[in-house]
Amino acid sequence: MQFMLLFSRQGKLRLQKWYVPLSDKEKKKITRELVQTVLARKPKMCSFLEWRDLKIVYKRYASLYFCCAIEDQDNELITLEIIHRYVELLDKYFGSVCELDIIFNFEKAYFILDEFLLGGEAQETSKKNVLKAIEQADLLQEVRRLCFLKAFRGQKHFAEQYS
Amino acid sequence: MALKIVKGSIDRMFDKNLQDLVRGIRNHKDDEAKYISTCIDEIKQELKQDNIAVKANAVCKLTYLQMLGYDVSWAAFNIVEVMSSSKFTYKRIGYLAASQCFHEGTDVIMLTTNQIRKDLSSPNQYDTGVALTGLSCFVTPDLARDLANDIMTLMSHTKPYIRKKAVLIMYKVFLKYPESLRPAFPRLKEKLEDPDPGVQSAAVNVICELARRNPKNYLSLAPLFFKLMTSSTNNWVLIKIIKLFGALTPLEPRLGKKLIEPLTNLIHSTSAMSLLYECVNTVIAVLISLSSGMPNHSASIQLCVQKLRILIEDSDQNLKYLGLLAMSKILKTHPKSVQSHKDLILQCLDDKDESIRLRALDLLYGMVSKKNLMEIVKKLMLHVDKAEGTTYRDELLTKIIDICSQSNFQYITNFEWYISILVELTRLEGTRHGHLIASQMLDVAIRVKAIRGFAVAQMATLLDNAHLLTGNTQRNGICEVLYAAAWICGEFSEHLEDPMQTLEAMLRPKVATLPGHIQAVYVQNAAKLFATVLRKHDGETESQAAQETSQLLIDRLPLFVQSANLEVQERASCILQLVKYIQKLQQKNVEVAEEVTALFAGELNPVAPKAQKKVPIPEGLDLDAWINEPPSESESEDEKPKAVFAKEEPKHSRSRHTEVDEKELARRREVRKQEQANNPFYIKASPSSQKVYDAPGVEHIPVVQIDLSVPLKVPGMPMSDQYLKLEVERRQKEKAERKKKEKKKKREKRGKERKADSGPESEEDITPAHQVDIVTEEMPENALPSDDDDKDPNDPHKALDIDLDKYVPYCRHLQFIHVLHIVYDIQGNHQDESKVVVSVIFENKSDSFLKSMEFNVLDSLNSKLQRPEGAGAHDSLTVPFQLPPGQDTHAFLFVSSVSVSIVAVCIDCFLMQSDESSTHEKLDFKLHFTCTSYLITTPCYSDAYAKLLESGDLKGSSLRLEGINMPFHHLLARICFHHHFSVVERIDSCASMYSRSIQGHHVCLLVKTTVSIDAKCDEPSLLGNVLDEIKQTFSKC
Repeated sequence: MQFMLLFSRQGKLRLQKWYVPLSDKEKKKITRELVQTVLARKPKMCSFLEWRDLKIVYKRYASLYFCCAIEDQDNELITLEIIHRYVELLDKYFGSVCELDIIFNFEKAYFILDEFLLGGEAQETSKKNVLKAIEQADLLQEVRRLCFLKAFRGQKHFAEQYS
Repeated sequence: MALKIVKGSIDRMFDKNLQDLVRGIRNHKDDEAKYISTCIDEIKQELKQDNIAVKANAVCKLTYLQMLGYDVSWAAFNIVEVMSSSKFTYKRIGYLAASQCFHEGTDVIMLTTNQIRKDLSSPNQYDTGVALTGLSCFVTPDLARDLANDIMTLMSHTKPYIRKKAVLIMYKVFLKYPESLRPAFPRLKEKLEDPDPGVQSAAVNVICELARRNPKNYLSLAPLFFKLMTSSTNNWVLIKIIKLFGALTPLEPRLGKKLIEPLTNLIHSTSAMSLLYECVNTVIAVLISLSSGMPNHSASIQLCVQKLRILIEDSDQNLKYLGLLAMSKILKTHPKSVQSHKDLILQCLDDKDESIRLRALDLLYGMVSKKNLMEIVKKLMLHVDKAEGTTYRDELLTKIIDICSQSNFQYITNFEWYISILVELTRLEGTRHGHLIASQMLDVAIRVKAIRGFAVAQMATLLDNAHLLTGNTQRNGICEVLYAAAWICGEFSEHLEDPMQTLEAMLRPKVATLPGHIQAVYVQNAAKLFATVLRKHDGETESQAAQETSQLLIDRLPLFVQSANLEVQERASCILQLVKYIQKLQQKNVEVAEEVTALFAGELNPVAPKAQKKVPIPEGLDLDAWINEPPSESESEDEKPKAVFAKEEPKHSRSRHTEVDEKELARRREVRKQEQANNPFYIKASPSSQKVYDAPGVEHIPVVQIDLSVPLKVPGMPMSDQYLKLEVERRQKEKAERKKKEKKKKREKRGKERKADSGPESEEDITPAHQVDIVTEEMPENALPSDDDDKDPNDPHKALDIDLDKYVPYCRHLQFIHVLHIVYDIQGNHQDESKVVVSVIFENKSDSFLKSMEFNVLDSLNSKLQRPEGAGAHDSLTVPFQLPPGQDTHAFLFVSSVSVSIVAVCIDCFLMQSDESSTHEKLDFKLHFTCTSYLITTPCYSDAYAKLLESGDLKGSSLRLEGINMPFHHLLARICFHHHFSVVERIDSCASMYSRSIQGHHVCLLVKTTVSIDAKCDEPSLLGNVLDEIKQTFSKC
């Protein structure tokens, strides 16, 4: 996979992940072009299109379009499955995910994606394992914060003791 | 200002986290840009603080703004700061920001190397994980070089979570730093058998991606992957493995044969569409690679086509699309099996999804036959009328033309029909493909002689109604067809019924609004028509009509003389002068017609596109030599430039050409005819093809019988349908006649033998409506009969382009006169070192069936035939097929060689043929095993190679080849191919090569461009034999 884009029905970019090195200018150009092309397609049309020398696989979930670019020999159906799997993961993590969840927690959406795909390849095919990894990493974040708070509080105690 | 107060309050700033930012942006829909610029100012302030939490928060907000399209490259250093935070919470955000914002040009990336290295070796697996994930997005060649070792170590990490990521990221590292592939590969291969399925699948992923680019280096992994494929149940992994095999099979057809069975099993059993689709695709790839000379796998194709049909019939648009896509791949090699699904594909043309319709169109191209062409095109024409978008309509138009014109109009039986289709297509509004239609019209009119009369009539009407086509000249590409129409009417004007009217149409003032190049053709062809009109009135003593025509030209041409287009202007003024001169002659009652016609004498033959390239360079001509020595530097610059064209020569009036001696012309024609007759590459035209100038007699003009049942054409009305109807009627009539004849024959033959029913109408039965004679393109005299001009000289694969059939030392041919032809090839077996595989092709040369063949080998000390378990030592193998006359079939035999030292051996074999009723024969033959058949092509790395040579275990010997005259890379390729060597390294004038015998002896060669070969091997007898065989190989060429 070369890149993945999430955008809304209004054409607003919600998430972007590039697995090939491109300049910002190029990325913007591609994004603009693809968003336009995909949004122009009618709802009953198939999810694949040939674009430059790539194949674009997209799917719409509620108000969000998930759009991936794959190479010529790649399998379109498995890419659709990847998209679906990612949506399922978001759904499990946020609990019936909606566009707002992704807007407000966009870093979380990235973390989930990064646990699922790496360098454009699926790294973990088990949903359970992905969620487990995310939860543990989140926990680590929370624990650290707790430790930090505790330490802070402890200091306060310390200060109180000696005041 | 309020803003300043906000800025001053650190607490408030700390409060504004990502959520606040997002909310803020949503609340400031009207002045978003302004709001964001204030936010960026705040972020800049926050980044100046020492508190890492504040910085991380700022970086997080920046990442969001970056997605919205704002430039955040100025904060790259701050991102690095956050990345190096010891706290996971912040590190995570830092790496995320880096992976979104950094690219190869970001200079601070250099600063991150040590930080990343530290994170990679962190005791916390999530620190490592985050670093790996980030690195996968922004790895640069420098980072790859510096960190390759660290990542390689992680591939053996205790935690599968890390191993998996490390394996996957190695692919990115390989891409940036290819040198790392060699040392990392053994470990990567090891991971294919990792106990953790995730790691295993990651390794499969990486190797699959690598192999797709360079399949030949991964052939040796095939057995391992084969095992994985048959054991794995994970569809994701299976898809990758199957894809990998798809890349490998073109290189190793035997692998493809092995794959067919497990793949068909998967196709039958799987319920996952993605896996099914991948299997079908790979089976197609395998079949394509096998398609030459192998037994056909019609069952597998049928299965694929069947499954694809199910996909296409599915209501899911995606499956439909992919089904059609895969179908078109089959079409290339097995058109027959796809053609039977024509109904389905035509149905897809009606689909509401344009992308599906386009796919179906692609397929139609390969599905037409003489029988169904008209029907299919009719259907397409209906679509053209219905199509809403111009892009789709243009696509339809090109497809119609592609379909009709493919392989030299092979499927067109009625060219009148085709011309009317083309004329109908000109009515398409706003198409960009006017030139395409035009070139088709020209092509047909020039190459199909019988159609010229009809074509000219149609073109004349087109010219007459030109105003319909040129509604909007600027945007409208369709006026291009007028270019063709004018040329055809002019060139073949002898077919015109009323040349005067056409001439009038071509000189209308409106023509001046057409594009210049079309006007130029108009003017030129008006002159041709003029000649025709004159000739028509030739002989009439006081021809009023001829003089009127001259006057018409003199009246109208000045319009073109004023044209801004140089070409039009020049042609118009030439012709105007000419006509004025002719008018003078006419007034003196001089016969001019003949001389004017002579201006346009001669047939124009189509010339093959490659003709120019094929002209051989005459001997003794050096194209690179200077014609004139370049002027020396000393010559002064300001010297008056010499006139390139001789100026002083007096201008000849163009009418001089009319005075060209008729005798001279006749002589030239005769000479040309003679030349053409002697030229084997000139396809002769029918005798009547030469234009006739001297005799105005009608009988010399080729006349096409125009079917009068065709209703007269009304401009702007579709008429191709009527041809379709007529064609159907004609065929039915023909069929009926044929049946009558057959019945007659049957009656005659009754009693003799029962004749098989003629069945449905077959392709060959359809006879073209006209005696179509397609003029083939002209080639120059002495053209070199080579076919290599299609190949791109820059193609890197060209070095490997060696004619393999020309001389193949291993494929021995044995011929038993009139009975059997055997070709065999011997190769070492990769899986079992004590065996060699003999593949044999039997070809039946006799005219009777060969049944119940048995093959046997007289076992010797050195070799024995591998027989099925339980068979006795002398039992023969039954050849598992029958051979119909004239066919060939393949068989594989395993012969184990138990010899301790490898020497060339002969195996005595015999083939028995027994058939109860008929003859029983025994054929004895010998299979000659050369030493190189025991060598296996084995890749070897240069460092291992150097070590091997240094070890001192190898004995040396050398060889000089005399009289070799071939490019060095051909020489190497030949050694590789015939003697199973692989090139280890090639440096300018020499190359080192390596191979291994099935018993593990190393053979090393150093080949120099001086064509001397130094060889080293740890088995002296093998060495001597291999060198002898190499010598033999080259002595034969």
